[in-house]
Amino acid sequence: MRTTTLIPFVVFACLATGACTSEGTPRYGDPPGEKTAATVVHSPPKLTSIESPTKDGLGRDVRVSCVTCHGIRDAGAGFPATAAALKEFHVGLVVQHGTLPCGSCHVSRTGGTPMLHLADGTELATEETLRLCAQCHGPKYQDYLHGSHGGMNGYWDLSRGPRLRNHCVDCHDPHMPKFPPSRPVLPPKDRFVAPTASEAHHG
Amino acid sequence: MDKAKRRTLKVLGGTLGAAAFAYAMEPLRAWAKDLTVDQFLQKHYKELTPSDMAAVLRQLEDDAKTKYGREVTIEDIRPLEGVEFGYALNLSVCIGCRKCAEACHLENNHDRSTNNSYIRVLEMEQGSFDLEKGTATYDHAVPSPGKYYLPVQCQQCDNAPCVKVCPVQATWKEKDGIVVVDYNWCIGCRYCEAACPYHARRFNWTKPEIPAEEINPNQSYLSNRVRPQGVVEKCTFCLHRTRRGQLPACLEACPTGARVFGNLLDPDSEIRWVLAHKRVFVLKEELGTRPRFFYFFDN
Repeated sequence: MRTTTLIPFVVFACLATGACTSEGTPRYGDPPGEKTAATVVHSPPKLTSIESPTKDGLGRDVRVSCVTCHGIRDAGAGFPATAAALKEFHVGLVVQHGTLPCGSCHVSRTGGTPMLHLADGTELATEETLRLCAQCHGPKYQDYLHGSHGGMNGYWDLSRGPRLRNHCVDCHDPHMPKFPPSRPVLPPKDRFVAPTASEAHHG
Repeated sequence: MDKAKRRTLKVLGGTLGAAAFAYAMEPLRAWAKDLTVDQFLQKHYKELTPSDMAAVLRQLEDDAKTKYGREVTIEDIRPLEGVEFGYALNLSVCIGCRKCAEACHLENNHDRSTNNSYIRVLEMEQGSFDLEKGTATYDHAVPSPGKYYLPVQCQQCDNAPCVKVCPVQATWKEKDGIVVVDYNWCIGCRYCEAACPYHARRFNWTKPEIPAEEINPNQSYLSNRVRPQGVVEKCTFCLHRTRRGQLPACLEACPTGARVFGNLLDPDSEIRWVLAHKRVFVLKEELGTRPRFFYFFDN
């Protein structure tokens, strides 16, 4: 008798708290865990040859291996001050990077591939340009290290997956670091927007 | 007036009335073709039990198959515990290329004919911050001298005017800070679109048209599933990606790395570093909307 009188109260309590309607599914996903995945900086391909003005029989550019010249000749002390003074290879190279002469970054030795050097003389391989750029562009490097400069792909949550980050020279041409102007993609075309000049012309 | 004449007039009036009523109700018949009884009786997102939701998702997947000819996966992805999202954008490096808007267009299954996107990039005069004077339809090489570029998308406000004005609570703020829309509950009144100070909401005037092979099959109920005609939609910080730990599509597409995204509750996150070390600001701060989207210039 006593238990049956309790039933209405139990039902009411269930409805009031919502306990009876809950099916026990998680409302939220798991929080981020330990950051176990790696942040990988994309490595620029190693430069082993350059283009030349010569074309082969099929009209393709002939590339010349760096060691063809740099294996036997020492440009070391004889770097020209500007790219305009280059007479053989690298002719027509446009350099718009402040007033830096070639020797600020490049070192050339006989018997080895051309390399880069830091201001203190430490030699670097071409894949290590991040350190080279960083010595002048400190604030940018600081931003880069904290993920607020440079494109990336992958995961914000490193407990769920890895991240791939761009290297300086993935986006910037080291000889002309400023982005060249480009055409924007995907012009808006909704009904509130008049057609662009080129569309009106064709329409 | 004799009785016969009176009866004739009554019958005539009745017939005309019935015909007018049938004509007025005609749109309902066309509408009912697109809507099953189950869909009409579907509850609000927050009241759906897991089994209700499973049935709804299956129905939506079937719809995608019949209406768009594409096998898609639609999931109900919940916010992550211990995560609140924040976004920051470096205006010093944005070049106005609109790659972010394009990535959004493709990722979120927008109507192809309108080039719709949740991101509108405004070309602004340097020295001015009047959003109403920005132009979104620039069509020349960028960056243009004397201009800067201001990409605007949903600011995921903590005090969101769009949420307040919705008469049916079809839009709300989730635990991780993302403002979402239940497209099946939205009545298309567009109050939210009018209330948003950032022009961040879009209305589906027509049924979105997307070729089957271009549809992004990785979809979720609250974000990028193809929206029905007559509802409002908005940026969801790509929650179908970000709630799985991935970066948003617009960030991955940015060629200059102007965009920073992350967890505001993680003191070691990139977004927290930006908030601590850059002079960040929000758009139209005076309105008190408290956005989760921040802008900054390099020093």
